[in-house]
Amino acid sequence: MTAPDHMLSELLIVACSEVFRNNGEIVATGIGPIPRVAAGLAKTTHSPELLMTDGEAYLVEEPVPIGPRGYDDRKPSGYLPFSRYFDSAVWTGRRHALVSPIQIDRFGQMNLSYVGGTFDKPKVQMLGARGFPGNTIHHINSMFVPAHSTRIFVPGEVQSVSSVGYNPARRLKGADFSGVDLRFIVTDLCVMDFGGPDHAIRLVSLHDGVTLDQVREATGFDLLVDGTPPVTPAPTEEQLAIIARLDPHNIRATVLKGNPPGKRS
Amino acid sequence: MTTLDKRTTAEAVVGRLRDGMTIGIGGWGPRRKPMALVRALLRSDVKDLTVVAYGGPEVGMLLAAGKVRKLIYGFVSLDAIPLEPYFRKAREAGGLEVLELDEGMLQWGLKAAALRLPFLPTRVGLGTDVFDQGGFRTVTSPYDDGEVLLAMPAVPLDLALIHVHRADRMGNIQALGPDTYYDEWFAKAAKEVVVSAEEVVDRLDLSHPEDARANIVERCFVQHVVEARHGAHPTSMPPAYGWDMPALKAYVASAGEADGWARYRTDMIGPDEAHYLAQAGGDAIAELPLPIF
Repeated sequence: MTAPDHMLSELLIVACSEVFRNNGEIVATGIGPIPRVAAGLAKTTHSPELLMTDGEAYLVEEPVPIGPRGYDDRKPSGYLPFSRYFDSAVWTGRRHALVSPIQIDRFGQMNLSYVGGTFDKPKVQMLGARGFPGNTIHHINSMFVPAHSTRIFVPGEVQSVSSVGYNPARRLKGADFSGVDLRFIVTDLCVMDFGGPDHAIRLVSLHDGVTLDQVREATGFDLLVDGTPPVTPAPTEEQLAIIARLDPHNIRATVLKGNPPGKRS
Repeated sequence: MTTLDKRTTAEAVVGRLRDGMTIGIGGWGPRRKPMALVRALLRSDVKDLTVVAYGGPEVGMLLAAGKVRKLIYGFVSLDAIPLEPYFRKAREAGGLEVLELDEGMLQWGLKAAALRLPFLPTRVGLGTDVFDQGGFRTVTSPYDDGEVLLAMPAVPLDLALIHVHRADRMGNIQALGPDTYYDEWFAKAAKEVVVSAEEVVDRLDLSHPEDARANIVERCFVQHVVEARHGAHPTSMPPAYGWDMPALKAYVASAGEADGWARYRTDMIGPDEAHYLAQAGGDAIAELPLPIF
């Protein structure tokens, strides 16, 4: 069956929704429009057991659409305010966050803090470590990268290690890193996971029309490839309809430069 | 009969402050910040503060005004505007003493202080640059597991500032919004707590008993009560009013001007809160729509 016409943003939402499959009853958090719609799509389709908030303090069973809507449109099924977030979701390991750092290295370490200069005098101060240290040592994490390039997938280590990855040199002796669980990296070119030896980053699939060379050139470290990578599945009609419902103002069209189509051949 | 009366003014409270104090500020980013109290601070001579916050515009303003010697933060952000401009300026200029914490670590440090412990153990921060940047130390579990953990030091506060919907003269408070953030722990970590409230009544038990569950901290933790209608502006105060995005954008824009802060300080903050509220739209603040997340 031929996939219906779709935009790349919609293909990425479907690919991102897959990261939440078979996670069990955990809180699915997608930061940013594409990850957030993806979490909603996952809950609406293959993983209804996921917990999800309205973006504020309440748990909802029907994912709330992103963008302008009535303030009280949500129907809360539970309550998860910030004052319970670390106690109930993060430090108990009952969460999977899909996040977009500013740098990622071959160990899966992420930088969200600053670029250039030093910690005492950053050239460009970004968000800071925020919740990354706690998230990555306690629960599942995946990454969404809207513009795959060597600026994000850096050679060597990220400038500031905001999150725990699989770098053996940073494994403090006697500490417990068993909670570290990095799953997938979804980019505008491909899907990767940490399935190589010692959790090396490995190519899972290429998006329609993307070549392996393109991905290698845009990645600052060696990427493991097993055989011929498959093509990332395109959205179905049903998925497109749900995406349109979860993003009624088409905010997804603004995420990727030029809003390219899903088929780029 | 003498009864508890903790009512005072922002000016009176600020007048008692000393340089070098450690001040915790409740709320979260641009949400339910005690801005009227912060503005009173900005109008005062107090300086060399250590500021502790899940920071929003109050942190940028205190930095811009040169009030801050050290900043302890889980983050500093305006949420819908992710990067706080005056915080960025201060960081990029160098020389600002900071303790950058994971959001959960700050909660843990406040809880340690509240429980009167020197530290609480956690895995958070291990394996990241936050560990070295913060000068943290480890502790080894004395039990058979022998696990090595980060010892998150207590973050004790001289003073905590909190803004709520209602308070009474005795220091009972009610915060009605969907989220109370970490205000409870800021209050318990502090030697003294100043609460500003949209409305101050004589006795909440007599006038609003149905909202007793919105009492986020017991009155023994509240020493000063200040009435400050629209006191969270330009941050959000659900369900009363939302954040003022045009006002926040104007504040952000000021950071791009040569004398932007001086202008904002003179034109907006001004000599007193009546001036600020007049500039900010007065009772139109009550109509600000709640943000949609």
